[in-house]
Formats: sequence, C-alpha cells, structure tokens
Amino acid sequence: MRYLPKSDSERRQMLDACGAASAEDLFAHLPAAVRLRRPLDLAPGISEYEIVDYFRARAAENANGYASFLGAGVYRHYRPVLVDTVVSRGEFLTSYTPYQAEISQGTLTAIFEFQTMICQLTGMDVANASMYDGSTAVPEAAMMAARITGRHRVLAARTVHPEYREVLRTYALHQGMPVEEVGYGKDSGAIDLDDLERKIDGQTAAVIVQSPNFFGIIDDVKSAAEIAHRHGALLVMVFTEAVSLGILAPPAGADIVAGELQSFAISPSYGGPFAGIIATRDQFVRQMPGRLVGQTVDTHGNRAFCLTLSTREQHIRREKATSNICTNQALIALMATVFMTVYGKEGLRELALQNLAKAHYLAGKVQNVFTGKCFNEFVVRVGNPELVNKALLKKKIIGGLPLGRFYPELADSMLLCATEMTSRADMDALSGALRAPAAAEELA
Amino acid sequence: MIRKVRTHPSQNERLLFERSSPGKRAWQLPELDVPAVDPVEALGAANVRDEIPGFPEVSEVEAIRHFTRLSTWNYAIDHGMYPLGSCTMKYNPRINELVARIEGLAWAHPYQPESLAQGAMEVMARLEAALAEITGMDAVTLQPAAGAHGELTGILLIRALLEKRGDPRQKILIPDSAHGTNPATAAIAGYTVENVKSTGAGVLDLEALARAADGDVAALMVTNPNTLGVFEDNIAQAAEILHAKGAMLYMDGANMNALVGIARPGDFGVDVMHLNLHKTFSTPHGGGGPGAGPVAVKKSLEPFLPTPRLKRVRGKWAWDFNRKRSIGRVRAFYGNFGVLVRALAYILAHGGPGLRNATVDAVLNAVYIRKGLEPFFDLPYPSPNMHEVVFSDERQAKLGVRTGDLAKRLIDYGFHPYTVSFPMIVHGALMIEPTETESKFELDQFIDAMISIAKEVETDPELVKGAPHSTRTSRVDEVAAARKPVLRWKPA
Repeated sequence: MRYLPKSDSERRQMLDACGAASAEDLFAHLPAAVRLRRPLDLAPGISEYEIVDYFRARAAENANGYASFLGAGVYRHYRPVLVDTVVSRGEFLTSYTPYQAEISQGTLTAIFEFQTMICQLTGMDVANASMYDGSTAVPEAAMMAARITGRHRVLAARTVHPEYREVLRTYALHQGMPVEEVGYGKDSGAIDLDDLERKIDGQTAAVIVQSPNFFGIIDDVKSAAEIAHRHGALLVMVFTEAVSLGILAPPAGADIVAGELQSFAISPSYGGPFAGIIATRDQFVRQMPGRLVGQTVDTHGNRAFCLTLSTREQHIRREKATSNICTNQALIALMATVFMTVYGKEGLRELALQNLAKAHYLAGKVQNVFTGKCFNEFVVRVGNPELVNKALLKKKIIGGLPLGRFYPELADSMLLCATEMTSRADMDALSGALRAPAAAEELA
Repeated sequence: MIRKVRTHPSQNERLLFERSSPGKRAWQLPELDVPAVDPVEALGAANVRDEIPGFPEVSEVEAIRHFTRLSTWNYAIDHGMYPLGSCTMKYNPRINELVARIEGLAWAHPYQPESLAQGAMEVMARLEAALAEITGMDAVTLQPAAGAHGELTGILLIRALLEKRGDPRQKILIPDSAHGTNPATAAIAGYTVENVKSTGAGVLDLEALARAADGDVAALMVTNPNTLGVFEDNIAQAAEILHAKGAMLYMDGANMNALVGIARPGDFGVDVMHLNLHKTFSTPHGGGGPGAGPVAVKKSLEPFLPTPRLKRVRGKWAWDFNRKRSIGRVRAFYGNFGVLVRALAYILAHGGPGLRNATVDAVLNAVYIRKGLEPFFDLPYPSPNMHEVVFSDERQAKLGVRTGDLAKRLIDYGFHPYTVSFPMIVHGALMIEPTETESKFELDQFIDAMISIAKEVETDPELVKGAPHSTRTSRVDEVAAARKPVLRWKPA
C-alpha cells in the first residue's frame, strides 16, 4: 500500500528483531474474545485516480453553476490564491500543536500575528489562537462571563444566529446556566432594548448580541452594553460576517467578542471546518478558553514565541480548566491570517465597501422587512419563500434562506445576501424573478 | 553521531506589522458593477470606522516570502518522524487535500437545498457507515469538531439516557492515566470527577472499579489501548461491572490506531466513544487543528444523538431536524465536512484489508522501537505494548537529565520530540508513538539517536541539558512568557 513505507523483507527483519514469528504474534496478548475474526466489511483500497473520480462524482451531485444568495453565517467571498499556497506548505499543514517552541516558531509567529490582527479588528486587548467555530465560541464566552461575574443567567438576543443559540442551549443546560432570549423590534429588526431591560437582573452574567445580526442589521451593541453594565453583567458581542469589520466601528462597550472567521478565505465547505475566535479585555485573560501564544526570548536573548498561560488549559488543570478544548482550528486561522495580510488595511475596507454597495443595490430592488441599517444581508418579504426558491432554481439561482424554520413569524420572508462575488446581472435576474408575473402567479 | 541532519542557514523575518508601509498592497478588486455607496449614509456615522489601526500593508511578494520564511522554522511530518505519543502523527496523504478542494464540495453552502447537496450528504453517510463498521457500533454522528468536543457530546448522550431513566447521576470515573480532556469534559457536562487508580501493571484495577462504581456513577471514561499503549485486557469485565450498576462505558478513541481491523470497541462492551479523524484517519493536524471528533454509539443512545441526522427519504438523503430526544446541537451546521472528506478519502485508499495492515505496521513499529531502546531506558510497565511505548527517564534523571532535556536533544538529531511527561502515572515519561508511516530506515535512525543521547547523558550531560543547539531558536523562556504576558504586537 502506497502509504506504508516498508517492504515485506523489512517487515520480516523487524519481526525477527522483535522475536515475533508473525504479525499475529504482536496481538497475541489480546483476549481472544475481543478480537475481530473477520475482515472489515469495507471495499478493498483504490487508487488515487479512482478516489478523485469518486469525489468528482459526488461533487457533481451538488449545486454547480448556480448563482447563490445564501449567507446566514456562511458567506461566499473570493479566496486569494496565496491562501492555499501558504496552507498547502507541509511545514504548516503537517505539523502538530506548537508545544515544542524551538521547532515551531513558524506556527507560533503566525498565531501571534493572528491574535494581533483580531485585536486590531475588534478593538479588544487580547484574542485567543482560535475556537472550533463561531457557534461554539458563544457558549464558551457565556461560560467565561459566568466565571468572571460569579453569576449564571444568560440573555441572548433572538437575532443571534439561531444555530448558535441552539449550541448555547446544549452547553448551558448542564451548567446550571439558564438561557433566556431577548426579542427584536418588529420594525427595526434590532434587539428590543425594552425587553432587555425587563429581563435583565442581578443574576445575569452575560448579554449576548450579534452585529451585524442574523437579519443583517447593525445592532445596537452600545445601548445593550450600557444596560448590561448597569446591572453588572458583561456584554458578549457575536459576529458571523467578519468582512463587516472592515468598515464597521469596533463594538463599543463589548467585554467579550465571540466571532466566526469563515468570511476570511475559508471555503463554505458545507459548514466546516471554520474558525471561531474569542477576544476580550486584558483583565479577563486568565478566564479565557483556548490556546494563547505569547512573546518571550530564547537563551540567546532573541525574540521568540511560545504557548503560554496554559495553566488555564485541560492538559494542566484537568477538571478545573476554563474549557475542555484541545485541538482548535490552527490551519484555518492561518488561512484567515493570510487573507488579512493580503487585503490589509485598505483592502479590507474596500472589500467591505463593495459588499455594502452590492447588498444595497439589491436591497433597493426588493421589499425589505426591517428598517435597521444593514451590511450585506437583509430580510425580504416574498410570500412563500419555498415556492419562490423552487421557481428560482429553474433559473439556476439559489435564493435566500427561508426564515420560517427559525422564526415562525417570518414564514413569508427570506434572508438574502450579496457579496463582492455577486454580479449585478445575477441580482437583476433575482429581483426580476421576484417581481415577474410568472413568479407572482406561482406564488398565488 | 548525528546522521540525519546538518545545520543550514534560515532567513530572518520580521513581523508583518514591522515590515508594513502605507499604500503597499497585495490585493486588487474588480471594478464595482453597481453604484458605490457612502458608508456614513448607509450605516450611520457612529457605525463607521476610520481605519484599522496597525493592520498590515505589504505587497504580494512580501506576503508570500513572509509566510514561506515562517514555515521553514517549523518541523513537520513531511520532514520526518514525529513520534508524539497519543497524537498519531502519521503521513497526511496529499490526495485528501486535492479532493477536499473540488469546487462542488468546497463551495457547498450548508443551507443549499438538499436536492443540490446529495453528494455532500452521501459522503457523510458513507463515512458514518464506515466508522460504524470499524468501531462495531450502531450509529455515528459526525458533528463534533474535535476529540474533546466528541467527548462532551458522548457524555451529554450518557446524561440524556440516564435522565430518561430517571437519574442522571453525579460522577464520572476516570483512570489516573487519562488525557486531560477527559476530566475537563466531565466537568463541563456537569459531572464531578473521581479518579480510579491503575494496577501495578498499568491497567484498570477491577477491584477498585467495583468499589467506585456505586449507584451515583454515570460512566467510566477509558482510553483503550490506554496511554501506556497497553490494551486494557479486562475491558469486557469492566463493562460488565459498570452495566450491572446501570453505568456506561465511554471510550476515548485517541488510540484507535492500534485497533482498526483488529478489535472493535462495540464488541468489548463500549457504549459510546469518539474518534479523532486527525489522528487515526490521517487528516492533517495543521499546527493544532482543524480536527473532527465523530461519536459512535450503541443503539440505546442513538435517539439522543445531536440534531440533525441524515435519513433516507424516497431514495434521497434528507436532514432530520425533528428529533425530540436529541441532546440538541453541539455546533452549527453538520460538522467539519472538509475534514470528513479527507478521512473518507483515506479509508477508500486503504480499504478494509489495508486499514488492518496499517494497524499491524503501527504496532510493529512501536514494538520495534521498544526492543531497540529497552536496554537503554527504563520501562516502568513491561506489559506488551501496542501502537506506542512509554519509557521513564529514571536512569537519566539520576545523572540530572530529565525527559524534557532528552526530548530537546532529539531535535538536534533531526526528530521531533516524543510526548514529554505524560501519562502522569509514569514519572518522567517518554511517550513514543511512531505510527505505521515510518520506514525501517527512519526508525533505525531514531533508535540510534536515542541510544546516542543516552550515552551523551553519561559522558556529557550538559550537552543534553542545553539542547537544542542546532535550531535557529534556542530554548525559550516559557516562565517569562507567562509571568508578563505579551499576547499581541504593539508599536514600539
């Protein structure tokens, strides 16, 4: 087999050296009852050529050649070629977590740059080396807030990504951490601050707000933070569309930022692998989950980097750790690092502006549900989203996400997204189809 | 005598922020085909930022040189043997990288219609079936993002089943040889942890287990083979003890590379387990992730698996979101799909018989290393080992040289160190896992290097204690890093 680098004669020599008559001898100490006495019921191995064939055939069964207006936490952005060039280097791809600092300075330096850029983007003091994704970063942030405040109640805006809230509920259930939801303004689509005032109390550890929120609207993080702080709670700001940070002011008043970096050159890949982050203020660093890289010196006095503050982590603290996270998303974080480097200070702003321009062009042609200001996503009322989408598929267009599944009160609406990769022609086709008599008939 | 490597110069490189200059760029966007929008007007002045202070500005050439230079400061499997015990650092086939990037897979959106995602769903269904066959379990969820995430999922499943029976119980039992993630997971799932001592032979102590397994125990979390690389030969009896008390057996599958095709956890009493696709199934570690931590369960736990589940409806794949007894989601969407593609490509490449051959070679390599090094290093647990072998630094420590020093010296010989000081039941542990993808030539060089270091400890201990000597970065001051944390770059 091509991945096994030994000849039969070498195996024989090794078995002899081990005093084993056959390979079977190596397993002789296993109790007979536990042994599998038949071959695994899996097809024999195949060649590289056949493997490519198999996956090309599967890929052909997915959407190909469609224009898409899906966002909702996963965005279509152009991936600069440099990203795959860098992460395909075996030195990054095939190395382990950088515990041995002397021979891991490449990964450590890149993570230090990553942490720095995430701080610059979010306006926070410190960022970790990554979480699994945005959805798991949210409960980790909530647990962190609970440790800091010594409180346990969590309030999450209903405009936080619905699947993130589902994950939060799964984690919170057995932590004695009740999660309640805060509504949104029927017109604005932003967090209902009155509802927040009503629900917050002296036991609230965290108020969780997303911006741009699930409806694409720039949410009022500042006002929510003021309310949270007045009650001694922390404000956790969530983002799913990292490109928005190229133009949006960093979250005023946030204590913890929990975000998803998929927009930074990470392929949609049917939902993963992505990379989440947690960023916070200096004073909370010892309550952070996940790995952190810090600067130090080597014995010659040269600048060097290493994993640090690991007394927070499971391999040292075991059941008293801040989280059970071990493996994170280092290579994906590296993709985001290369992406941020390629676009840089001006480019990320320009990219954000292009997203803004595209989405506003499309929003101008359809019926918006909410009045709040949006970035590159917005909610439109279309009547029956499922039927509309079915009609659109015939035109090779994947429409927006029907919202009824997550928000029964918005069953007549869908969430549309436009990015720099969405062409004017596709947007015209979409808006035309939404208005066309044929579509209208189909809706009726 | 160091045969594998010679020193060579490496490029210096400043941080991105230190080589930035205003106006340099590595990007170009197409002309906008729609009217530009004034951000202040569209978003409100308070919502618009001026600039991102400190963000890098470099050219394309500098960007690629920057990351290429950084990369040369890493050691990687592609350089050579990476014998980290418990981490299964095996070769990462490049075909896996290629297929994961095929456009129809890489650009599939998780919300695209099921009718246009059949290929992605088929890949997941086929992987689920293969993992169920390999583990001997009844059902598999691919949702967890990594091993520790799989552990959490598994313990939540146990909790859900016990709750359904009327009492979720309070405790999780964990052997003293366990990975740190096990107790950390139990705590996050709301359980208290009770450690169970191992026997003198380094395996589960059935008597201690029987004493500890009272009506308040939800489960035992055990790694098999354990972190000594030793098969828990009374695992089936342990399962019986637990089951008799209404408790469950959780298996940490980190060491599954020793068992694939040889023995199946489902056949020796395990109720729920996780796999690390980034270990056993060759997906790249990438400097610390991404991984994937599928969880395999017996039938009794299947109703509680995370939502959604794949189901077959009129000859097509569909997602089933309507699962009343499910523990809920453990992450958004369906899992680290790109990692799942790579793992399936690996399974297809090996096939059933090939996977077993890989296991045999993995064990052969570890036993071969043991035979080669036994005369020179203390072996505290002489039971037969499987895919890894754990020595202690006892002999070398008498001369003032510890396992961490030996590991650093190994770097000078051109190898990545083994896992240092773990498991904790071995004082000064050297935990060595070669994996099956090392040639006899590489293994012989490794054995020679270790023997040479053992001799250096006797003749020139300071040489070993000051190692590494050949790297561009010498030993780093980890204490200083933790005492005064500098976690981001700031302008001077």
